[in-house]
Amino acid sequence: MTIPDWLDDFLWTYQNLIHDLGINGLLALAMYVVLAVGQLSLGQAAFMGLGAYSSALLTLKLKLPFLIVLPASCVVPILFALAIGVPTLRLSGVYLAIATIGLGEVLRAVYINVDLFGGALGINGIPESAETWMIFGLLAAATVALWLVGRSYIGRAMEAMREDATAAAAMGVNVARYQLAALVTSAMLAGLAGALSAHVSSFIGPNEYGFDRAVTILSFALLGGIGNPFAPVAGAWFLTLLPEAMRDLPEVRLALNGIIIVLIVLFLPRGLLGWRMKRRAA
Amino acid sequence: MSLLTTRGLTRRYAGLIAVDHVDLDIPEGGIHAVIGPNGAGKTTLFNLISGLVMPSEGSITFAGTDVSTLPSFRRASLGMARTFQNIRIFGAMTVLENVLTGMHPALHAGLASVIFRLPSFRIEERQAVARARAALDLVGLTSRAGEPASALAYGDQRRLEIARAIGPQPRLLLLDEPAAGMNPAETIALADLVRTIAKTGVTVILVEHDMGFVMGLSDSVAVLNFGRRIFTGTPAAVRSDPAVVEAYLGARLAAKLKAQHDAQ
Repeated sequence: MTIPDWLDDFLWTYQNLIHDLGINGLLALAMYVVLAVGQLSLGQAAFMGLGAYSSALLTLKLKLPFLIVLPASCVVPILFALAIGVPTLRLSGVYLAIATIGLGEVLRAVYINVDLFGGALGINGIPESAETWMIFGLLAAATVALWLVGRSYIGRAMEAMREDATAAAAMGVNVARYQLAALVTSAMLAGLAGALSAHVSSFIGPNEYGFDRAVTILSFALLGGIGNPFAPVAGAWFLTLLPEAMRDLPEVRLALNGIIIVLIVLFLPRGLLGWRMKRRAA
Repeated sequence: MSLLTTRGLTRRYAGLIAVDHVDLDIPEGGIHAVIGPNGAGKTTLFNLISGLVMPSEGSITFAGTDVSTLPSFRRASLGMARTFQNIRIFGAMTVLENVLTGMHPALHAGLASVIFRLPSFRIEERQAVARARAALDLVGLTSRAGEPASALAYGDQRRLEIARAIGPQPRLLLLDEPAAGMNPAETIALADLVRTIAKTGVTVILVEHDMGFVMGLSDSVAVLNFGRRIFTGTPAAVRSDPAVVEAYLGARLAAKLKAQHDAQ
């Protein structure tokens, strides 16, 4: 298959942006799964870092092929999710947010101080083996899977928990199990995003997965909405494209970026795609 | 055999004993009321039975199983359902979805069959929808099935809570002040609804303030005061029990009324 020259040029010029769209979409979904069960859990940046570092080490130290590295790099984030998930199940709201942000900061200190992780310089020379089709294939599969699950009885239980966890438990919903499952899914998606991003940019550093990234990921979901899984992806794409679209206005770019976000939050409090998932009533 | 038995059931809070060594024996079938003045511990007793609050002491046996320390979702899957004094419907979800959420314990399809829409998932879902519609039919909310639950009027929200509770066809239905905030006409309709539900074989326990509602409806009445069970018996017997009259009216007024009664 040959692709026309203009498309080839376009893809080459915007390669980084296109990769970012896919990776940020996965991160937005990682945020969505926990928000959808009513948990303000902000460990996605930390899970992404764990995925990125473990994938880089598996590739460089063990020389494993990328198609094995990719699924394997979810293992470490999932183990961390289980380890922090059980003790933090009793926390909610801002307390959970603070505890999960703490994870990212602790890990940053570990990356900087342990030689295996390359210290403050990070890890260089990671092969660029993640293809665009892999990134978007995974994003599409994850979005569709979450949409199908969301329309089932599991989605009803998730929404019920978000509205009133006590009432949901009285209806027979195992709230703790769903919360833990959501956290594990979130860790898996963020870990995938981390592994993919490490293998498109060839370099990872300890400061990429801290508080700033955690807040950015949260803003994807808040801006897009959490009523359906397409919404957070739309939020991620909007926030990724917005600075790019204003490249010709360098003086006002940052201010305008901020103003647009504030206006959306004010006038579309349910997000860009604020609609609620329809569930078929057979 | 009793459907629900409590022995020495106690719940202490700092400086307060909300439920104090309560023994209950609720037989299978019928409508059973728990009454008592404000703060007598009725709602705490319900929360203990349904598992939202764990006992400080004592035991709860439901259908032969010791459920004293089981979390509430496990008790729900054993066939216990409840409504709340302050309505707790899922406002953003539709009326039908609310009832379907109540049927959660009956739905088991695995993740793969959910994602690939396998027959096991579709059949289960179709059955759940049919049963949910039957429950809505019983409470008279069929025409509102597709509306957001928050759009319903207060009395209809109470009916929706009842539909959500009976959807999974529980063995025991706990109604926490179902007539609260209802006008007389709605209260009469509610009493009919509770009778209809009981006739389908569901054992009903209700906590209530409205004495008229309780007396006409219940097969047995338990009276709580300061967390203790001070009486159990028929509605007719409860009216003439001096301890109950005293709990509701206070010792002095009760004595005065009795003196007047004796003088006549």
